[in-house]
Amino acid sequence: MARRWTNDLTPADVTPKAMWLNRRQLMAGLGGAAALSMAGGRAAVAQGLEPNTLEQITTYNNFYEFGTGKTDPAANAGAMVTDPWSIQVDGMVDRPGSYSLAELLDGLEVEERIYRFRCVEAWSMVVPWNGVELADVLDRVGVQSGAQYVAFETIVQPETMPGVRRGVIPFPYVEGLRLDEARHPLTLLATGIYGEPMPKPNGAPIRLVVPWKYGFKSIKSIVRITLTDTQPPTTWNALNRREYGFYSNVNPEVDHPRWSQASERRIGGGLFASRQDTLMFNGYEDEVASLYAGMDLRENY
Amino acid sequence: MTVAQSINRAQRHVPAWPIYLLGLAWMGWLFWLGLSGQLGPEPINTLERKYGLVALQILVATLAITPLRTWTNISLIKYRRALGVTAFAFVLAHFLVWTLLDLRSLSRIGEEIVKRPYITIGFAAFVLLIPLAATSNNWSIRKLGGMGWRKLHKLTYPAILLGAVHFVWLVKGYPWEPFLYLGAVVGLLALRLIPKRRPQAARPPAGAVPR
Repeated sequence: MARRWTNDLTPADVTPKAMWLNRRQLMAGLGGAAALSMAGGRAAVAQGLEPNTLEQITTYNNFYEFGTGKTDPAANAGAMVTDPWSIQVDGMVDRPGSYSLAELLDGLEVEERIYRFRCVEAWSMVVPWNGVELADVLDRVGVQSGAQYVAFETIVQPETMPGVRRGVIPFPYVEGLRLDEARHPLTLLATGIYGEPMPKPNGAPIRLVVPWKYGFKSIKSIVRITLTDTQPPTTWNALNRREYGFYSNVNPEVDHPRWSQASERRIGGGLFASRQDTLMFNGYEDEVASLYAGMDLRENY
Repeated sequence: MTVAQSINRAQRHVPAWPIYLLGLAWMGWLFWLGLSGQLGPEPINTLERKYGLVALQILVATLAITPLRTWTNISLIKYRRALGVTAFAFVLAHFLVWTLLDLRSLSRIGEEIVKRPYITIGFAAFVLLIPLAATSNNWSIRKLGGMGWRKLHKLTYPAILLGAVHFVWLVKGYPWEPFLYLGAVVGLLALRLIPKRRPQAARPPAGAVPR
């Protein structure tokens, strides 16, 4: 098995539920700063990895199936049907078929991973995900030799998704990774946040999390996983090739054509929060830089 | 009495100055919402966008006043200055949130204006509006003369058009809202190109080729 990601943060670094529930009220007032320093473990704080509150994580989202506004997913995603849920696994796999979540995940270790999350729009959060390593799921379905890419597809439920009915972008939303990226121990199939089942605005019931790439790569509400030997089409790349590359690794030195990627603003700091410098590969350079050895990252943005 | 006549009669009793007060109150209220955590977890971006959007909405309203008079005889011209100045105040607030709360660095601001076309044109729109706001008073009209003043204030057309393009240019995907504003601006500008109706429409001479 591939080397596993060793998490140097412990469950103690996750804000206890009572605390984040409580923090919602504290944060509502101007006394937020005082409350912030109380929450989160020391290691997490030292790494600048203090998780955002569940309320922040679930009320500021891009999920265009529910509309283009940041609050649209929180307002509209409630009607999405996520149970029963099945994922079609096909392409170059030994055991293709339609899998229930249980069939795909049972017996795998669900881990707590506190990751930075950096949106291509230059805002960021810290999210305590719960999930399994995608590599383990790929092993379960058996990747055939010759497969080089993994393609993903989001569910399309026009009756519950106003953004789909309006056609704000082409649907279904599709994304993809190179197989070695997909197998990297940082790459998660996440099923929860803060120990709760994945909230609908965040891509219930199961989504991808690739913390060193811009957020749109971390596709939500997955219903299809396809192993292939050719680079799969990805939604934003197809919409605007110049602005959104297939790789879309977080890189402060390669700007989006319309805005700078050198800095970002961490969500939740209020009206006077300052920007912070964006980290190469979103702070996961030590773990993932070797995946791109010898590649021109300006060319392969 | 026609609808236009009754509206024109009623507006004589409704002064323009409350527009300034309402504008400032609305601006302050939005700021307070941001300050008190009621604009969501990213209040800087939300406030920036809200101020920009309100500015564009009011600017579209100012652009509608002349065609409204031309085509319906409803005259709301006495409110145009207050609307224009209030819109400028929102553009200024939009700019200040961007510079003082969002970027907070002169070099970053300069770089963004130069490097990002949608910011370049937004900034250009702002600059075009400055002399217009500065001359929105009776003293300036006297000083510039009616003709000169009117000529200067034709700058509203490119300024508002640039503002609408700025909005379209910054979004991802194809949301309808910014395109709706751009369409409204283009439509209101196009209406000005159509020759004004004359009191009695001249019938085309017999045998004239319809154009």
